[in-house]
Amino acid sequence: MSEMWPAGYVPVLLARISRPDSPAIDGYLADGGYASWKKVLAGIATGEWTPSKVTDLVKASGLRGRGGAGFPCGLKWTFVPPKEKRGNKPVYLLCNADESEPGTFKDRVLIEKDPHQILEGMMLASFALGVRHAYLYIRGEMVHGAEVLNAAVDEAYAKGLLGKNVQGSGLDLDLTIHRGGGAYICGEETALIESLEGKRGHPRIKPPFPAVSGVWASPTVVNNVETLCCVKHILDRGPDWFRTYGRNEKNTGPKLFCISGHVERPGVYEAPMGIPFLELLALAGGVKGGRKLKAVIPGGSSAPMLTAEEVQSMPLDFDGVAAAKSMLGSAAIIVMDETTDIPKAVANISKFYAHESCGQCTPCREGTPWLNKMLKRVVNGQGKRQDLDLLVQVASQMGNGMTICVFSDAAIAPVLSGIAKFRPEFEACLAKAASPDFALTAPSDVTEKVAGRMAEGIHS
Amino acid sequence: MSGGAGTPVSEQAGLPRVGEHGALSAGKAVAFSPKALARFEKLLTRYPTKQAALLPTLWIAQGEFGWISREAVDYVAGLLGLSPAFVWGVTTFYTMYNRAPVGKHLIQFCTSISCHLAGAEEVFAECRKILGDLKPGETSADGRFTVIEVECLAQCDKAPAVMVNDDDFAIITKDNLQKFLGGLR
Repeated sequence: MSEMWPAGYVPVLLARISRPDSPAIDGYLADGGYASWKKVLAGIATGEWTPSKVTDLVKASGLRGRGGAGFPCGLKWTFVPPKEKRGNKPVYLLCNADESEPGTFKDRVLIEKDPHQILEGMMLASFALGVRHAYLYIRGEMVHGAEVLNAAVDEAYAKGLLGKNVQGSGLDLDLTIHRGGGAYICGEETALIESLEGKRGHPRIKPPFPAVSGVWASPTVVNNVETLCCVKHILDRGPDWFRTYGRNEKNTGPKLFCISGHVERPGVYEAPMGIPFLELLALAGGVKGGRKLKAVIPGGSSAPMLTAEEVQSMPLDFDGVAAAKSMLGSAAIIVMDETTDIPKAVANISKFYAHESCGQCTPCREGTPWLNKMLKRVVNGQGKRQDLDLLVQVASQMGNGMTICVFSDAAIAPVLSGIAKFRPEFEACLAKAASPDFALTAPSDVTEKVAGRMAEGIHS
Repeated sequence: MSGGAGTPVSEQAGLPRVGEHGALSAGKAVAFSPKALARFEKLLTRYPTKQAALLPTLWIAQGEFGWISREAVDYVAGLLGLSPAFVWGVTTFYTMYNRAPVGKHLIQFCTSISCHLAGAEEVFAECRKILGDLKPGETSADGRFTVIEVECLAQCDKAPAVMVNDDDFAIITKDNLQKFLGGLR
């Protein structure tokens, strides 16, 4: 693996990954692991540690969710109704390890190389939320990661860090690793919940939000792997320490960045939140072969594409990338050099969404394959002059609340941003077509008619 | 959605569907080994409902039988008190449950964006050509290889990334493809 950090930076999340046998509990304990968990457990009886104290520390740290949305973690926890309102319903913690966003591979490193920091974060969050059984949902493809996590859970039980009356604290806590079956949509938190219940991963209509009614109709908090690791470090060193990382009060903490595509040294990098894009690119050895930068997708394939000019002074944090009209998302930075065929790249991304749509909502189920079909014919030299406008028109009717979840918004982001920013390249594809009018008599004319009807709105 | 990347083996290879709930038949009844049954019983203790054990039970079934046949669907449904139609509905939603027998080596090529930028589609095509002009999802005549296209494997720093059965492989290119295939036993 290729994980790194800036010169002089002391890694936090990746601190242990290159230790020999880093996943084993003995090394983790020797490095001071589970100190926070034991400290909290020991302080329950004396009243020194209460759930609200842990939540307050996380709130004070400014920690924002690392899964994509960047929602304040502590605030999310406070949405769980108090005991008097939820009755006898248990509260569940669900760690989202369904890392599937194209370009994202940061959680994989934490899972495979330092699983106990994830488990300790889950234990501390469970205490804060009053959870008695926590689940970690790992994507089906991470077979090795699931084995590492299951071994870590067994070790934690054996050391009395999980189970009945943990460390004599009177607290019971179980933790189960649950492996998915291969479906991108399960990374969406309500689809994750449905999938954990043993169903198809169909996102739910919100409200109710999971904090009120989640898995098994009980209050549920869903947090990303990296977020929960941050919780462990906040409990170790305090919220003030956490806030020393980052550009401002709204973007705090150490952060993992996945950099892939046309760079010399792709990999997972740890840096303070807000590191300028160009610094991270330099850390990764720059653009491959010393070529020129053309475009960047800053937050996984769902994030709008940015041009080389747009990223020149962009800080990599939630608000910095949002100011450039894209999103930090899962901090998956996909670099494209001057040789990149942008229409082909956009067509490739549209293939992903066409395949992964869960099929519940019509605009997404129908729209994603149509976008893919149209883009394919454009890059194959069979496009028609009006195709670009048609693509934009169809895409424009798939987002902004037309569907249950934001998958559809994610699917159109690369299409709309790609065409808007690199339109001459798409037009060049059309100009290359043998005869621009060829398709008028070809079978794909049907495609045009149906897509045209879609674009006009089938309801009218 | 059909015929795309990540589509299960039976659909990529265009195999017919048979049976009440659309699953292929294995032609014989199936049952878990005592060891698998013990794993299944342990699973049930981890969830408040039996249904929640469905995905992990399907994994046990795939481990035991190699793929999810009509008989496997009926068996799992019986174990969990669910209808076969429901179990099949869930099975088909996820891409990793094989709905047809696969070769000894199920080679899964990622062709999502970072692997695409590294030329994954060409490697995928070249691999199928080498193994006897296999179509996506088709198994080689000797039963050793099935080659499919899958979506992002979260190994974008090792593009083009490939999985063979449960194992991850990094940077499989046209140049090292022969060596990679030769290494599979």
